[in-house]
Amino acid sequence: MDTSQYLDMFLEESKEHVQACNEQLLALEKNPDDLGIVNEIFRAAHTLKGMSATMGYEDIADLTHKMENVLDAIRTSKIRVTAEILDVVFASSDALEEMILNIEEGGTGKKDVGNLVKMLNQIEAGQSPNEAATEKNSPENKYKNTDELSYDDFEKTVISQSIEQGFHAFELKIFLREDCLLKAARVFMVFEILEKAGEIIKTSPTVERLENEEFDSLFTVVLISKENADDIQKKVLKVSEIETVEIQPVQFLTSDVETAASVEAPVNEALSLPAKPAAVKDSETKAAPTKRAANTHTANKTIRVNIDRLDVLMNLFEELVIDRGRLQSIAAELQNTELNETTERMTRISGDLQNIILNMRMVPVETVFNRFPKMVRQLARDLNKQINLEIIGAETELDRTVIDEIGDPLVHLIRNALDHGIESPAERAANGKPEEGTVTLRAYHSGNHVFIELEDDGAGVNRQKVLKKAIERGIVTEEIADSLTDKQVAELILSSGFSTADKLTDVSGRGVGLDVVKSTIESLGGSISIDSREGEGSLFRVQLPLTLSIISVMLVELKNEIFAIPLSSIIETAIIQNSDILNAHNQRVIDFRGKIVPLVDLREIFATGLPEGPEEHQSVVIVRKGENLAALVVDSFIGQQEIVLKSLGNYLQSVFALSGATILGNGQVALIVDCNALIK
Amino acid sequence: MAAYTEDDLLKTIVFQLLDKEYAITVDVVQSIEKLMLLKITRIPGVPAYVKGVINLRGMVTPIIDLRERFDLPIIEYNDNTRIIIVNLEDFDAGLIVDDANDVIDIPRNALENQPEVVGSVESEFVEGIAKLDKRLLVMLNLNTVLQPIRNESSDEK
Repeated sequence: MDTSQYLDMFLEESKEHVQACNEQLLALEKNPDDLGIVNEIFRAAHTLKGMSATMGYEDIADLTHKMENVLDAIRTSKIRVTAEILDVVFASSDALEEMILNIEEGGTGKKDVGNLVKMLNQIEAGQSPNEAATEKNSPENKYKNTDELSYDDFEKTVISQSIEQGFHAFELKIFLREDCLLKAARVFMVFEILEKAGEIIKTSPTVERLENEEFDSLFTVVLISKENADDIQKKVLKVSEIETVEIQPVQFLTSDVETAASVEAPVNEALSLPAKPAAVKDSETKAAPTKRAANTHTANKTIRVNIDRLDVLMNLFEELVIDRGRLQSIAAELQNTELNETTERMTRISGDLQNIILNMRMVPVETVFNRFPKMVRQLARDLNKQINLEIIGAETELDRTVIDEIGDPLVHLIRNALDHGIESPAERAANGKPEEGTVTLRAYHSGNHVFIELEDDGAGVNRQKVLKKAIERGIVTEEIADSLTDKQVAELILSSGFSTADKLTDVSGRGVGLDVVKSTIESLGGSISIDSREGEGSLFRVQLPLTLSIISVMLVELKNEIFAIPLSSIIETAIIQNSDILNAHNQRVIDFRGKIVPLVDLREIFATGLPEGPEEHQSVVIVRKGENLAALVVDSFIGQQEIVLKSLGNYLQSVFALSGATILGNGQVALIVDCNALIK
Repeated sequence: MAAYTEDDLLKTIVFQLLDKEYAITVDVVQSIEKLMLLKITRIPGVPAYVKGVINLRGMVTPIIDLRERFDLPIIEYNDNTRIIIVNLEDFDAGLIVDDANDVIDIPRNALENQPEVVGSVESEFVEGIAKLDKRLLVMLNLNTVLQPIRNESSDEK
């Protein structure tokens, strides 16, 4: 079977399943006795196994199979959950993740998993010597392990009793078409029809596997019904994408290797079975449909759309907005009532459309946060610290473009908090703190921004230590050092070339960390600040714009050219008299609310040419970069507008003082001023 | 003329600059636009041959004047002036040319390495020369013609 067309789907789903494994494993670590969690993990691993086997990734299938065995042993209480076992399972899920990423990058998904498999085998075997015996006794396990259709004594009894009561027992072999995409859905439809006609007592593969689409194109169902074979066959064939249905009466002559192997089983079961065959039958058939219903429900709620398509949609929509602008001006000229009404309606609808399209690009920060619990667990073990990570507000939504960029800086911050923030358990105990440190990762909306905060109850920033380092490294001078506030001192650790850890660890502390975090966040149009109390902990607060693709700007005119200045860097606009301009050593400055602010003439910077004749007034835009201000001189202000940010492309790499471009309502390109480049 | 198979032929777009004809392969060309219909936004602080950017169906596309790029005499743009939009690996760009009027199949064996002296166009931009009947076509190497612009503020002023 050609599987390439399913590759994307496979990758997406596998990632989700691995992620689910990880999350549940973490939960299991906290509640080792909760077998419900083990079941969840088991299910994820099981699905993954099926999918990877179908796609031909043997190593993944192999590893998940072993994981499954261990998990099965746990859930049947044959082995107890211990930290060692979890470590191995975690390592396995890491390996799985690696293999999946490898496939995504076009690799073969092969990896030497021999070691892990061996460890898993040891866990499975070493701690459950009587496993072989129990497996034979439990009919459940037999369902799982056999794809061949064979009947155990229980089923034989049920079938023969039904036949005695005038029912027919049929074996239906149902072949799905090769190109059938929604196999589970077809199975569901078939089941629905069959359940109306009678009772399903057995399927091969098992219901669980059928739901997970872990079969090629053939599945077999054993049905007890009063209807005759032809009717049933016709009904089933009505389901689309079914190739053929073979139906025949059940015969017990099929070789029954499985039951023959377990010699002692028949005795036990034969005794207990005749008493309650009906009840068991009921519970079995009832359980299956409810589970299926739950599955299909969630599957229908979302669809996957390639992000490129959303980008194309966005681009097309922008085109539409530009044409809408043209249409509006034509309508205004013609003064035709009907035309006016139509354009107004169109304007409203396209406004709604814009909101929807922008919303579609929003992704919950969860997609970034969900890898942190595992990372923190691992780091805490490496550092011999006890750390509890709390995540709040993972559902907060951010534009995909921001999400893509924010991961690495957050990893850095978390590593920093774990390595430098939280103290060792002994130290914490000595300071009267609980041995387990708490790190809180919090995300929330506020105005047009999203805040992500990382709070720890660790040692906080040591003022003396930081100042000493900063002076050593020449980041501040001794004179200024004393006058700095605690907050300013704390923020020194974000400057480049700063690392206060006494010894370098591989976790953090190469001295390139936090300044990179700062510059990444600033390049996203955000900012970062630190609040810290010595001995009590620190709070890193990252402020990010909701979206990078749409920003608010002030449009200004220079000669006949239009430029856009991001509102986020504007403090205010003003009109000043020529007499207000002072000369300070080759630099024209103005006095702005008691502050000396240098005057930067954008018309000179962008060589647009100065207006003719003398000017009495100057229009200025006061912008800031951090604490520093500058007054940009322009010809006139046009107004505030929301614009779609566009890059200048790879041909124009780093043009001075421009950060990008946008397309205005009239279809023209306007350039966006990079205020950061204008302020030293 | 002998019959050529598809493989032996190079499909090219031919355009004019001054009195010479130049060619680029057709597979990099996205479209040909009339310059008079487009409004170019000037970009400050880049070499003079970068005329600015245009809005090409929602994409901000840089425009390069090939005459200026090759240091040929500058003329006023007129009704024949065209912008050839090309898609290179990393970016799209528009090339301003005097006229774009032909699609020609050049037999691969008609391509020659350039002679030592070829008019006024700098040799690094030229990939080869094709002689067809009486016409001489200069094949351009777009990767050198369209070297990305980096930090131009310093060497422009």
